[in-house]
This record gives sequence, C-alpha cells and structure tokens, in this order.
Amino acid sequence: MSVSKGLPADAAIAAIPLPAAATPAWQRIALVLLGLAAAIAPIFVLESFHLFQLTMAVIMALAVLGLNIVTGYNGQISLGHGAFFAVGAYCTAILMSHFDWSFWPTLPISAAVCAGLGYGVGFPALRLAGHYLALTTFSLAVAVPQILKHKSIEDWTGGVQGLFLVKPDAPFGLPLSSDQWMYLVAVIVAGACFLLVWNLIRSRIGRALMATRDHATAAEAMGMDIGSLKTKAFALSAMITGIAGSLSAVAIEFVAPDSFSFGVSITLFVGMVVGGVASILGSLFGGLFVLFVPNIAEAISKAAPGVIYGVILILFLFLLPDGFAGLLRRIAAKLRGRG
Amino acid sequence: MLGRRHVLAAAAAGLAAPGVVRAQELPGVTATEIRIGNTMPYSGPNSAYGVIGRTEQAYIRMLNEQGGFAGRKINWISYDDGFSPPKTVEQIRRLVEQDRVAFLFNTLGTPTNSAVQRYCNQRKVPQLFVATGADKWGNWQEFPWTMGWQPSYRTEAQIYAKHLLSQGKDFRLAIIFQNDDFGKDYIAGLRDVIGAQRFDATVKTASFEITDPTPDSQILSLQGTGADTLMIALGPKAAAQAIRKTHDIGWNAQRYLTNVSLSVGAVMQPAGVEKGIGIITSGYLKEQGDAAWRDDPGMNEYRAFMKQWMPEGDLQDANTVYGFALGRTLQQLLTQCDGNFSRENVMKQAAGLKTVAIPVLLPGITLDTGPQDYRPIQKMQLQRWDGASWVRFGGLIEGAEV
Repeated sequence: MSVSKGLPADAAIAAIPLPAAATPAWQRIALVLLGLAAAIAPIFVLESFHLFQLTMAVIMALAVLGLNIVTGYNGQISLGHGAFFAVGAYCTAILMSHFDWSFWPTLPISAAVCAGLGYGVGFPALRLAGHYLALTTFSLAVAVPQILKHKSIEDWTGGVQGLFLVKPDAPFGLPLSSDQWMYLVAVIVAGACFLLVWNLIRSRIGRALMATRDHATAAEAMGMDIGSLKTKAFALSAMITGIAGSLSAVAIEFVAPDSFSFGVSITLFVGMVVGGVASILGSLFGGLFVLFVPNIAEAISKAAPGVIYGVILILFLFLLPDGFAGLLRRIAAKLRGRG
Repeated sequence: MLGRRHVLAAAAAGLAAPGVVRAQELPGVTATEIRIGNTMPYSGPNSAYGVIGRTEQAYIRMLNEQGGFAGRKINWISYDDGFSPPKTVEQIRRLVEQDRVAFLFNTLGTPTNSAVQRYCNQRKVPQLFVATGADKWGNWQEFPWTMGWQPSYRTEAQIYAKHLLSQGKDFRLAIIFQNDDFGKDYIAGLRDVIGAQRFDATVKTASFEITDPTPDSQILSLQGTGADTLMIALGPKAAAQAIRKTHDIGWNAQRYLTNVSLSVGAVMQPAGVEKGIGIITSGYLKEQGDAAWRDDPGMNEYRAFMKQWMPEGDLQDANTVYGFALGRTLQQLLTQCDGNFSRENVMKQAAGLKTVAIPVLLPGITLDTGPQDYRPIQKMQLQRWDGASWVRFGGLIEGAEV
C-alpha cells in the first residue's frame, strides 16, 4: 500500500528533471537504435498480411498523435478528428486518381489543406469549451461523409462509389514488395511526425500549450496569447491526423464515404485514452490497440464482439487509468527508485 | 457391364490421381476440408444483414453433417467488417493470405466489395455471389473473378420499363431517385429500355438527397410537369413519405416502387395501407408472409431447415430466406465442382450454372450463368399492392440485354 502510494510522487519528481540529466549519451543512442531496429524488423519478419495490419496500426497511431496534441496537450476535446482523417485521405485520393500525381507530393498538399481546415475549426473552438466543443466537433465528423457524397463535388470525390488509387512501388529498384514499401513509408512519415511533435512538446510552445490547458487565466497572465495557441494547436493536430488519412488512403487503395463514418472519430478518441492522454509514446500504443483489440474481441466471441471489446476497454481503464503511457511511467519510476 | 465399370473406374482413378496430388497444394483445400471466406456487417449500423451470414453458417453446418463434399467438410470463416471498407480490406486480406481460403462467398455490401474487387482479381481469388444489388458485379470482361447473385437495380428498372411499354399507352414518366449509385441505377435501367432519345426528351427526373427530411417538394414539382407515371427509387423511409404525399395531393399517377422498399411493416403501413393501392413493384424470392406459399414444398423445406438448424431465426425476416437461397447456391456450386476445388474450377463452375432451381425463388426463376453472363438471376415477377398485401401478377419478366 505504502509503495503504491509513494509511486505517483516519485514519478512526479523523477519524470521531470531526471531524463536529460541522468541518461548517459550511450544509453540514449542505444535506445534510438533499438527503436529503429524494432521499427524495421517487421519488414523481414512478418508476412504481408501482418505487415499490412501493422502499417494500419502505425497510421492509426499517427492519427491518434494528432488528436493527442489538441485534446491531450491543449485540453480541447475533439470528437471530430475522423473528419480531418477523411479530408486528408480524399486530398491524396483526388490528386492521385484525377491528376495522376505520385504519392509523395500529395502529402504536403493534404497536410496544408487539413491544417487550414483545422485552423478554421479552431476559431469556434475559442468560444466553446468542454462538452460544447466536443459536440461541435462531433457534428463535423457526422457531416463529412454526407458532404463527400454531395453532387456538387461528386465529380471529384466519386460520390458513394469512392475513388480507387494504387500503392506506390518501391523506388530505385529496391527489392521490396509494395506492402513492405508501404510499411516503410508509413514508418518514415509517422517517425518524422512523432519526432517533430516530441521536440515541439518539449519546447517553449509545448509548455505554453500545457499551461493553457492547466490554467488558462494564469497562462494568459503570464503573457501567452491563448487564442493564437488554441487555433494553432488545432491546425497542427488536424494536419497530423490528415497526413495519417493520406497514408491510409494509399494503404487501403480505396476511399469511400462509408470508410469515414463518425465511428472513426470515436476510434481515435478511444486510442488516445487507452494509450495515454498527453503522451507521445501512448499514441503509438493507442494505434496498436484500436487496430488489434477488435480482432481479438472477434476471435473470442463472434456473436457479440462489441461486448467483448467493451469489456476489454473497461478492464484497461480500470487497470491502467492513466493509459499505457502511465504504466510505462510507473515502471520507469520504480526502476529508477531502485537504482 | 461390371468389367466396363471397372475399366472406367480405373481410368477415372488414373485421371484423378494427379488431381489428388495437386489438391495438396491448392489454396484452401486439404484432404479433409475446404475453406471458404466471407465478410458481413455483424456490428455497426447495417448489422441487420448479419443474419444472412448466420443463416449461411447454419446451412453449412447442415451440409457438413450430411457428409460434406468429396470427403471434405466446409470450414466457413466469416469475419465482421462493420460495413467499413478499410476493415473489409483487412479482413479479406486475412482470409486470403492468412487463412488461405479457397474462395470468397457472398461478401456483403457495395462499398465494401468495391474496396477489395481489384485485390481479388489481381490474386485470382473468386469473389463469388456478392450480396449487393449494384449493377457493376456483372462485368466479366474487366473483373473475371467477381460475380453477383441477385437481380441488379438496373435489371429491375428495365423490367418496370418493359411493363410500362407493354401497356401500349402513351405515358409521361417522372422519376424520383435517391442521389447515389442505388438511385442512379434506376435511371440507367429505364433509359436502357425506353431508349436514350425518347428518355432524354420526355422523362422528368428529380433527385433526392438521403439527408433531405422529405421528398415532398420533389413530388410536387414532378406533379407540376404533368407526368402520369411515377417511378419511386427511394429507400424505405423516403419511399413511405413519397407514397403518402402522391396520394394526399391527389396525383393519380401509375406508381412503380423499387423492391428495396417493398416492406409491409417499414413502408406500406407507415405510408397508410390504402394510400398505396395500385403500386407496382417486383420480387424474386418467396415470402413467409405470402399466403400462396402456405403449403409450398420449397417454403416447407426452408421452414424445416430453420426449425432444425436455426431455431432462433425469424421466419418472417426476408434475410433468412436470402441466406437459405445462398446456402443452396453454395451446395450446388460445390456439387458441380465434383471434387476439384481449384480456384479456376470453382470460377468455371460458378459461370456454368444452368437452370439451377432454388426452392425459395419464385416459380420459374432459376440461376443461369455463363462465361459471358455473370448475372445469375435476371428474371422477376411484378406484384401489385391491393391494400393488404402484394399480389403477384403476369409472368416472369427478364431484364434487357444491354
């Protein structure tokens, strides 16, 4: 009892000052190399179907990361990130299937479009807080699939029929199948985004985001421009989720309005909470969770996979109330406490 | 006689031997089982269709109890895709690459099947008898490994146009259609038969968005064009509203109704049973509620099956009749394969169904396919609403060759 009581306090003390100071350089390099190896190994180890699943998990993790910026770090609840995911996917699909673009150049376009959209959504978010914001963003998620079907843009979106596109092949004659290359693309793009967000969160802006979340008035008193921070957080968050949408469009090779029902937004939210709110590594776990756990639930019971999924979800929240990231933090704190 | 039989048997064994050796390498076929894959929306907004998968499962359990096919039992692997195309891609890849199924059977949904159609055709995995009414599944030139089953919406619309023309009267047709692939197939089908020139010159159309609260304004504007015939190509809720509105404004048009919306409980009763008198629609499956089939041997077979193998199922649910019909189709297909369950042969046999009778299809409707005919059911029978139930009339009508 006393041990578990002591933990949070230990964690709070240990987590902030220690990492930079106490981890020797060689350990950090070893960790990075280990991470790289873990990311690349599946290419050679897994069959193409499992590789495809892992690709989708990485993509979901990236989308969850996007949500985590605005909800986790900035405290604005969004239930509408599925909309940005859809817009990102459609940007890539439209450019690839109507204009014969290759995949890479579509990424900055869809990132820019989603960032712009996110910035726009950020403005009403300034006036709305908590539940009201959640509902407003949710309405966005509900509206997007129907907007995609609308006849005025049907020539572009393909209406209910959707659009087909083709996975990029490995360049320079690399001896990789398209599934292996797709995985690598997802890992590279997601890796870059994770790294950038990691740096951002540890910077002045990251601290400002969290200060705004924790106590807006105090943050403003210290000279932070709350409005600008909130809208920019929304833009960045939408951009990252949109990039994940782009990746998903090429990985699936098909987009249709039915692919982006409001369930996607809920899935992302679940991923964020299970992985750990305001945690970068937690987002990765959240992505793995939302992709693999429904399959596990279905394997347990065909008749009521939803019930099993719900039970697993409740168990997770019960055992890991602060998400997977919280578990990692506790373990790390314990190890350090011993050391 | 015996001698000749022995010689024949020996010859057959000789011919079959390489086949047996090869069978070990065939995807999804082992000495004891044939693996067949399927996806269904067991969860999500379309989960009402999941009962089709469960009925098929029950039917296959029955087939296995009866001994299976060529010494092999069917291993039916059916996954939930929640009607979400990305999930379908994942589940189909799991079925093909991990479970290594021999072929896919009756996967449900238009967007979901669209998402995997190219994958299946690239890999040459038969994507058989998909459970959707879109017209695109009969495209044997471009997608030789994909085949539909039920009459497409377009075929259905062609049948209404044929009936309309057969009246020999002058008509002014108006169409209200749901603005998606489902609604647009009716425009295409009517145009096929009426003729592009005449259609474009005389027919008035109004589109309905599924997000619109009612089709009332479209109905009023179509009435204003002076049309005397109305095709209602709308989903159940909007169809009920349209039926009520046309009656309430006193528009005496001959109304045709898509059979997607023929449900008595969900459409005709909410619209008002007396407001729909005279509406014409079509069907191809027998219905439990139809008094004509009370002692029908085919429906009795269905009822006996349900009683023994799916006691929890709802006899009134048209989806269980559909699932039973598909189970029977699978039985015919595997029987016809005659022990050779290679993907090539499965596809060849699927494209070689000749007047296959299914007990729950309306009398005279059979499954017919060919290497250049990937539309198993093309005939339907018209039925008219008499204020209490649908009354079938006239003979079977076939869609047009286009």
